[in-house]
Amino acid sequence: MEQKQSGTGGSLVAAGLALSLVVLTFSTIYIFFKRTWWFPEPISAFAEAVDRQFDRTLVITGLVFFLAQLALGYVIFRYRDRGGRARYSHGNTVLEILWTSATAVMFIGLGIAAERAWASLHWMGAAPGAMQVEITGKQFAWNFRYPGADGQFGRTDPSLVNDAAGNPVGLDTNDAAAQDDVVTATMAVPVNQEVEVILRAVDVTHSFFVRELRFKQDAVPGMVIRLHFKAEKTGSYEVACAELCGLGHHRMRTVLQVLPEDEFQAWLREQAAE
Amino acid sequence: MAEAHAVAHEAPKGFIRKYIFSLDHKVIGIQYILLALAAVFVGMFLSLLMRLHLVWPNAKLPFFDVMTPEQYLALMTMHGTIMVFFVLTTAPQSGFGNYFLPIQIGAADMAFPTLNMLSFWFTFVSFAVMMAAFFVVGGAPISGWTAYPPLSAVGEIAGPGLGWGQSLWVISIAIFCGASLMGALNFITTTLDLRTKGMSLMRMPLTCWAWFVTAILALLGFAVLLAAGILLLLDRHAGTSFFVPGGLVITEKLIPHKGGSPLLWQHLFWFFGHPEVYIAILPGMGITSHILSTFARKPIFGYRAMVYAIFAIALLGLSVWGHHMFTSGMSPYSAFAFSLLTMSIGVPSAIKTFNWIGTLWGGQIRFTTPMLFAIGFVSLFVSGGLSGIFLAQPAVDLPLHDTYFVVGHFHLIMGVAAIFGMFGATYYWFSKMFGRQMSEFLGKLHFWPTFIGVYCIFMPMHFIGLAGHERRYPDTTAVQYLAALQPVHLFMTIAAIVTIAAQFIFVFNFFWSLWRGKKAEVNPWEATTLEWTVPSPPPHDNFAGRYPAVYRGPYEYGVPGAAKDFTPQHVPDGAGGAGSH
Repeated sequence: MEQKQSGTGGSLVAAGLALSLVVLTFSTIYIFFKRTWWFPEPISAFAEAVDRQFDRTLVITGLVFFLAQLALGYVIFRYRDRGGRARYSHGNTVLEILWTSATAVMFIGLGIAAERAWASLHWMGAAPGAMQVEITGKQFAWNFRYPGADGQFGRTDPSLVNDAAGNPVGLDTNDAAAQDDVVTATMAVPVNQEVEVILRAVDVTHSFFVRELRFKQDAVPGMVIRLHFKAEKTGSYEVACAELCGLGHHRMRTVLQVLPEDEFQAWLREQAAE
Repeated sequence: MAEAHAVAHEAPKGFIRKYIFSLDHKVIGIQYILLALAAVFVGMFLSLLMRLHLVWPNAKLPFFDVMTPEQYLALMTMHGTIMVFFVLTTAPQSGFGNYFLPIQIGAADMAFPTLNMLSFWFTFVSFAVMMAAFFVVGGAPISGWTAYPPLSAVGEIAGPGLGWGQSLWVISIAIFCGASLMGALNFITTTLDLRTKGMSLMRMPLTCWAWFVTAILALLGFAVLLAAGILLLLDRHAGTSFFVPGGLVITEKLIPHKGGSPLLWQHLFWFFGHPEVYIAILPGMGITSHILSTFARKPIFGYRAMVYAIFAIALLGLSVWGHHMFTSGMSPYSAFAFSLLTMSIGVPSAIKTFNWIGTLWGGQIRFTTPMLFAIGFVSLFVSGGLSGIFLAQPAVDLPLHDTYFVVGHFHLIMGVAAIFGMFGATYYWFSKMFGRQMSEFLGKLHFWPTFIGVYCIFMPMHFIGLAGHERRYPDTTAVQYLAALQPVHLFMTIAAIVTIAAQFIFVFNFFWSLWRGKKAEVNPWEATTLEWTVPSPPPHDNFAGRYPAVYRGPYEYGVPGAAKDFTPQHVPDGAGGAGSH
């Protein structure tokens, strides 16, 4: 019985499996290095911090991936059945403690290193004097509201929401502060200026996602969520919904334009006039 | 403990008592496996339709003509639900666990045979109710397997399938929770109370440890999901507002609910949902350990460390649900704790991986089909686990959350790795269950395209995720940056077609071997645990009244000085390790 699975058949399978693990390892690592499908260029300091942390993680996990897959490939080829008897061993406590501590230090260290970027976005508020934009998600469009010259957002009321009448966020025009609010379907912000976004949703949960900012935040009904970003490169960036919100989820798209200050002011005046 | 073996029930006479409403854990195990086999083909067919639609959006598909976005989302919801609940939860635990836990610990049956039967039939009814969602007005729900409210709570006003379809979905899940709770109680009691003489906890095969800990997770997780499901049902039909806040306007209608919290559902759901990942994968880890040791002809490397690692994974697994919610609007301070706890799961996971490689090191590896799938499991577990390290860090998760990166990650680790565990289990235990051996040739023919295929389907998903491809998009034309990723979709769809085609080799092998396979010996793999001491298939009460005593740990392969290279658990010391009994 002991010899029945040994011989060239076993060696061929062992070689084949080891080889496929080698091919898997190198092709995966190659595609990661080649960066054909990759993040777009970052446009904020936060995005750059995320990318740095991503790269650190990639180096560590890449190393573990490389070593583990190749070790697996090595042992299955090296220790294929050649008719002898296996080495009798129940393990090695020193090795066990060694690799447990090594992975603990590595992974937890990585986790702690990641918190700085998170804290800068979530634990600290927007810089004083940041421009405010309210973002409202609804099936299946984004609306943006700028407070206007008074710097105050006016009152809204869900019962006033009416797309046909041009009031997608339910602005209550009886409130004086609401008179100069500007509601738009695309978003624009001035470059190099801190922006505080105030996220809301009128129906179901949506998620505001700008790849270039590495920014994603759900807009949740019943909640008002404040976050901030500072875009440092002008351009036009796509915004897509990232939380399943119904049958039109995939077409809930708009754009974020990052403009020089004067162009932004012109854009805002133009939007207010409409 | 021998008294506990008094046969709980007589061998049944009629067909119905024997094969339909059976109390025999072996028949119930096979019933679960067949249910999972039916479910996995439904789920796989749905995924094929989705993959075809993503690449050829205007093609006419069977049952659908040209697929609409809501149909795609319904398929997606049902694919996830069917696979997670009726395949990944049922087959590895309720299927193989039911069949082999009592035999491996030397018991006549599960502790509560009637509860066991009820548990299966609850699962069956739950599956029937879930399938019914396809056929009601509006079709199956479109809210995803996570069913986030308000989308899932406010009815069809929010979209097709969210009326009757969503209600059936919630009812089905609630029934499923009941079934899982009954099963979990049974597994825990059986493991603790019905072990034969000499079978101390630390002599149990790692499969039994995995099923035991999985049952504990199921008990804690499904209880919470059941509660959440009932609350959602009340929100939908009794006018309560657990999950629906006030002031919602949907298609310009003001919704009467007020005061609920959508995040409450997310917390409850993921309190179940994250342990569910381990409910799906722990039995696969147990089976993989079992198979690796058998065919490396070596004791498992670090048995105790493996047991502690299972517990560590389970314990941590219960406290990391928040890592699914980094973008949800929950407290950003708790994200820090959830993140570090999640990163810590990498430690026991690494212990498992190192110990598997350590088990193979110095072995005399026999490349049987179950061994190939076990080795494949290790590779997939490494790949799928490592991408989790990215998602566990809140800042890095932001660009990746709800993209294909996540889809690739959980399919590798929770889907495909767990399925490799099931394939390994099937090829390993088929002869014991059915008395005939599966074809090794067809088994290997099945392994190669499956192993290469799943990597070709799920590895590229990570890359398009990096590029920002949102998940749950029926159509990729509205967002411009997705156009560049379409060739990758084509590649993945072709890989999926090939991989799915290869699964018919498995089905053919399964049914062909049932009738035509080579007659099985008692112990064809020269293995050490108790299931290899009983006839294939075992009699109604497993040991024909003669319960074995156990003298050693489960993985005594290659003991120096022993006559054979395997020393079964039931052979007394000094008997020379002969395989007979």
